[in-house]
Amino acid sequence: MLGFLKNPVVVTAEINLSLVALTVMGLMSRLWGLSYPRAVVFDEVYYGQFVSLYMKRIFFVDDSGPPLGHMLLALGGYLGGFDGNFLWNRIGAEYSMNVPVCSLRFLPALAGALCIPLAYQILVELHFSHCAALGAALLILLENSLITQSRFMLLESILIFFILLAVLSYLKFYNLQRHSSFSGRWCFWLLLTGVACSCAVGVKYMGLFTYMLLLAIAGLHFWHMLGDRTLSNVSLVCHFLARGLALLVIPVAMYLSFFYVHLALLYRSGPHDQIMTSAFQASLEGGLARITQGQPLEVAYGSQITLRNVLGKPMQCWLHSHTNTYPIRYENGRGSSHQQQVTCYPFKDVNNWWIVKDPGMQQLVVSNPPRPVRHGHIVQLVHGITTRYLNTHDVAAPLSPHSQEVSCYIDYNISMPAQNLWRVKKSESAGRPVSILPPRSDTEHKYSSSALDWITMDTNIAYWLHPTSGAQIHLLGNVCTWASANVAAVVYTCLSLWYLIRRRRKIYDIPEDAWQLWVSAGQICVGGWVVNYLPFFLMEKTLFLYHYLPALTFQILLIPIVLQHLSDHLCRSLLSKSMFSALVVAWFSSVCFAYRTFSPVTYGEPLSVAELKDLRWKDSWNILIRKQGR
Amino acid sequence: MPAAGGGRAGPGPLRQRGTRRLQGTPPASPLSPRPPAGRRAALGLVTLLSFASRFHRLPEPPHVCWDETHFGKMGSYYINRTFFFDVHPPLGKMLIGLAGYLSGYDGTFPFQKPGDRYEQHNYMGMRGFCAFLGSCLVPFAYLTVLELSKSLPAALLTAFILIFDTGCITLSQYILLDPILMFFLMGAVLSMVKCNSCADRPFSASWWLWLSLTGVNLAGAMGVKFVGLFVVLLVGLNTINDLWDLLGNLNLSLVTFGKHFLARVLCLILLPLTLYMAMFAVHFAVLNKSGPGDGFFSSAFQSQLIGNNLHNVSIPEQDGYPLSCHCDPYPGGLCRGEGIYTYLHKDLNNLWIIKKHDSDADSSSPVEFVRHGDIIRLEHKETSRNLHSHQHEAPLTRKHFQVTGYGINGTGDSNDFWRIEVVGRRAGRLIKVLRSKIRLTHVATGCILGSSGKTLPKWGWEQVEVTCTPYVKETPNSLWNFEDHINPKLPNISLDVLKPSFVEILLESHMVMIRGNSGLKPKDNEVTSKPWHWPINYQGLRFSGVNETDYRVYLLGNPVVWWLNLFTIGLYLLIAISTAVALKRGVQLTSEHKGELSRVVLCGGGQVALGWLLHYLPFFMMGRVLYFHHYFPAMLFSSMLTGITWDTLLKFFSQFLSPSTTARRVYEGGIVALILLIVYSFYLFHPLSYGMIGPMASDPSSPMAGLRWMDSWEF
Repeated sequence: MLGFLKNPVVVTAEINLSLVALTVMGLMSRLWGLSYPRAVVFDEVYYGQFVSLYMKRIFFVDDSGPPLGHMLLALGGYLGGFDGNFLWNRIGAEYSMNVPVCSLRFLPALAGALCIPLAYQILVELHFSHCAALGAALLILLENSLITQSRFMLLESILIFFILLAVLSYLKFYNLQRHSSFSGRWCFWLLLTGVACSCAVGVKYMGLFTYMLLLAIAGLHFWHMLGDRTLSNVSLVCHFLARGLALLVIPVAMYLSFFYVHLALLYRSGPHDQIMTSAFQASLEGGLARITQGQPLEVAYGSQITLRNVLGKPMQCWLHSHTNTYPIRYENGRGSSHQQQVTCYPFKDVNNWWIVKDPGMQQLVVSNPPRPVRHGHIVQLVHGITTRYLNTHDVAAPLSPHSQEVSCYIDYNISMPAQNLWRVKKSESAGRPVSILPPRSDTEHKYSSSALDWITMDTNIAYWLHPTSGAQIHLLGNVCTWASANVAAVVYTCLSLWYLIRRRRKIYDIPEDAWQLWVSAGQICVGGWVVNYLPFFLMEKTLFLYHYLPALTFQILLIPIVLQHLSDHLCRSLLSKSMFSALVVAWFSSVCFAYRTFSPVTYGEPLSVAELKDLRWKDSWNILIRKQGR
Repeated sequence: MPAAGGGRAGPGPLRQRGTRRLQGTPPASPLSPRPPAGRRAALGLVTLLSFASRFHRLPEPPHVCWDETHFGKMGSYYINRTFFFDVHPPLGKMLIGLAGYLSGYDGTFPFQKPGDRYEQHNYMGMRGFCAFLGSCLVPFAYLTVLELSKSLPAALLTAFILIFDTGCITLSQYILLDPILMFFLMGAVLSMVKCNSCADRPFSASWWLWLSLTGVNLAGAMGVKFVGLFVVLLVGLNTINDLWDLLGNLNLSLVTFGKHFLARVLCLILLPLTLYMAMFAVHFAVLNKSGPGDGFFSSAFQSQLIGNNLHNVSIPEQDGYPLSCHCDPYPGGLCRGEGIYTYLHKDLNNLWIIKKHDSDADSSSPVEFVRHGDIIRLEHKETSRNLHSHQHEAPLTRKHFQVTGYGINGTGDSNDFWRIEVVGRRAGRLIKVLRSKIRLTHVATGCILGSSGKTLPKWGWEQVEVTCTPYVKETPNSLWNFEDHINPKLPNISLDVLKPSFVEILLESHMVMIRGNSGLKPKDNEVTSKPWHWPINYQGLRFSGVNETDYRVYLLGNPVVWWLNLFTIGLYLLIAISTAVALKRGVQLTSEHKGELSRVVLCGGGQVALGWLLHYLPFFMMGRVLYFHHYFPAMLFSSMLTGITWDTLLKFFSQFLSPSTTARRVYEGGIVALILLIVYSFYLFHPLSYGMIGPMASDPSSPMAGLRWMDSWEF
């Protein structure tokens, strides 16, 4: 019974010190001096509003993305004890003392730091050497744009974290596939893939691109499994169902749950109520509910009602009338009926009230028991204040001459008869909530750029500028890394084409397993770059440099892959190998140098005018230099 | 073509029975795998039916229908040789013009609006030409399906679907680009398929013929509408696949492969490109008179048109102080004084005087040339105010600065100073009329003068807004060029030296067309057709007539045909996936089945399904206004897919029946039933194409009563 005591109790721990060291360095680079600058930086002004609304539990809808990202940012605020009282109105405004800057920025920075070990692991799972993995992690570590983007209350670093996590878990799952299908770890990684994918989509819709890529790769791998005649049909079906569950059902469920949490958290009425249906608004505390509380559910003859246009576009409004009449003649010479105006009024007003009247009865009072109005009934609508009937007739409407004018009928005792009977038709589809928030609709912005500018990094974004010293923070990449990533992509494409064509003629330059590694690495890295980059050419929204960062991350992962491949397969002799290594070392030190050079604008260290001018390596960069002497 | 004869000895007799049953042609020898006589008769029959259905009541209605107002007008422009602008390449309209010219139409009918009566004008030539091309679609589709499936019933089913589709008939009967486009498109597909079947005899005469015909048709399709790009893509993918197979064939030497490659480059790239450019050459050669399209093009181009006020005029070449000039946003509009708007037409208010920023040049001083980088003032000639900008919001584009006319008699302030820069030049270079694209930078604020493209309301005479944009970006909106140029002290040059080369004209016209296409945006609140409406035949287009008394023609697909097509796409997907999985899993099938399935379903059906996808999916990504008739090219592919799928399906399932006579009967009966269904539905819906007069369908006395199956159909 105590047999287990016969063996010594041994704990064997294997710690990859380089991984630990990288993580520590990553944390240092992203978390160091996090609360500086103590001012609103760039889009913090945008996300901050949402954090405040979460803190105050006020309902809102963000048209630019799903809620998970905002909720994570709000979680930071919650942990830091933020009460939501800050006016997010201007970039560069100083934070007041009640804003826990550090904890608000902590989660994105942490996510950004964790990308470094993830990159390392991905390369290892792609079966590349630890040296290559180290290289990938270092390149991510020293990428200025990723550092800048991580250190503020922004969503990209969280998005990239989830994207990389999804890729890593899929690779882990796939590598376990051959030996231990349906084992615990296999299930764990498969599930984690789905969860990470849905989180990525939940942070920003851009995550959808990577999700689609992983789905396509999973489909391709399953297709290869189909060709494996050693697997039985039953086990194939099991595999298929497991994948379907983890990669389709769970992500959808998780995605819906984000919205559930969002709605559960926000129960107070707020500025965006009106874009939702009236029924939804009535469920919010302090909103329409205050008015509708205790009012009858069904409309009866004699009821006093207001009528709101369901579409709510371009703005919500209520059917309204007032004593003024239509002008006898419009500017363009068309005539009108000169009846009382009926308009749609965007504010609640006593003139919005109408009474439903049965045309067959004279009195307006509600009968006892009340007779409800039903679909298809013919009613008259009496304006409450002026007691005139809603009327329409064959007179052209003021602005849309093809439609009939609607008025409140004044009996002028002329030949124009009152046509004031209306049929009630119930529309079955409930009004679709349309999200229309204007703040980012204009496609022009000082720092907007086109997708083509990104690969060459012809553009930058000034995030913050110290009001007196020259200190400033820019979203500016590591020039050396960006250029080498582009070169790596070109080399990868050319080499792949070359190999493909040669293989077609049955000439095998590299061993089969090396070829398989090369292809699977390309699927992830080049595929990830393509799906995260090319769709932007089709988009019509305002584009910024930070949209490129996910694609860039994949492209950076490609650099060590290409380098290792070149050194393994193209440098045949020992001499060329060592020369190649020397070149790599030289190149890497230039990456470090570029990082060092641009780190002042990454971390916001004060710089003199001359230093700033030196940093302007490209004319198209917008480095802010104060004019002196004016 | 005995290529694949052996494997199909089984279905051979079965097909002949089908032939005889359907066509009443005498049976061919049961041993021969192909009965050419029967097939020829079938081809003759479908061609005859196709022409009969398209030419039936062709002159009706004798008034302008729908887009005839555009394309008929453009045909007339060719006959009159006046320059015009359209968002489509010229071939289709040139052919219409040619057809009109040959049939004796003199180009005098104005084609002002739909419903205008043709009276004595001869419009039948143009309609007949379009109907002829539209009729050719049916035999083309028939031959294509026959080649892909090697099955006569499949080809016949496809042909009958197209013959009896009301939409295809209507679209072929009027002066439109669509029949021409679809003719070239189907021609390209047919030639491609024929060329593929000649693959066992490369470099033979027929191989060359079909390959070059593919190229010719591609050029035709591209030359009619840019939608032709999709069929180019289809052929391109097919060619890449083809070459990839050839590369994998180790029996072929690299030299032979190189020959294959070069042959395709020659026939599918160089030949179409040459033809395409030739079309434009003809287009520009024919249209040599000034017309409604001038303003869309650059000034240098306009100087080539007879009757344009830039034609054959001579003006000083280099700009000196003082001078007057039109300034013209490149390319497109002119600017006008006081409130500064761009104005799309030319008048005296477009003239400005260039002055140095520090002195007023008097008339006695020698000419000084304006150079790149100079700081100037622009004085409006009529009102003597200076072009001025300051940090106030522009009226419409709030993020830009307002531009006004300021000062009295040319004296203003430092906000009137503009730096003049030529794009792509160094400082100090002279500025030339028409050719120099210039940018005007406001010295005080650093913003750039541009036209925002938005139309001002009434108070601004509905002209285009001019702003000063602080966002220093390179856009055509902020480029201007000097057009009119008056300076008595400078020698005048003839604009002939500015004559742009053909390549420049070609590129410019493409830029203008692309801009025009992307400019066709739906207006706010306008109900437009959505791509998902199309396959379900959700809503048609009114070609002619609205009211009960009108002669009404309504472009709507035969619902039975369209819904059959839609259903078949799902069915095909199912069949294709299960076939692919079965082949991949190595399910035990006879080799005959295997060959049949992979060849017909995956290969043939796959090509057609790819064609459907390529002609349909891109519309989901287009921002421009879309119409129902954009779906018809995709519908052709969809119909071919229907023929192939049902034929395969019926053949496959009937084979499980025994005895074989039952099997045959089920197979033939299925095809005949489908065809009868289509013919009957056509009988019901034929008034849609051949015209309806009298009450609307909601009235029980109407011939269309009870046929309005969807509320969205407007007849």
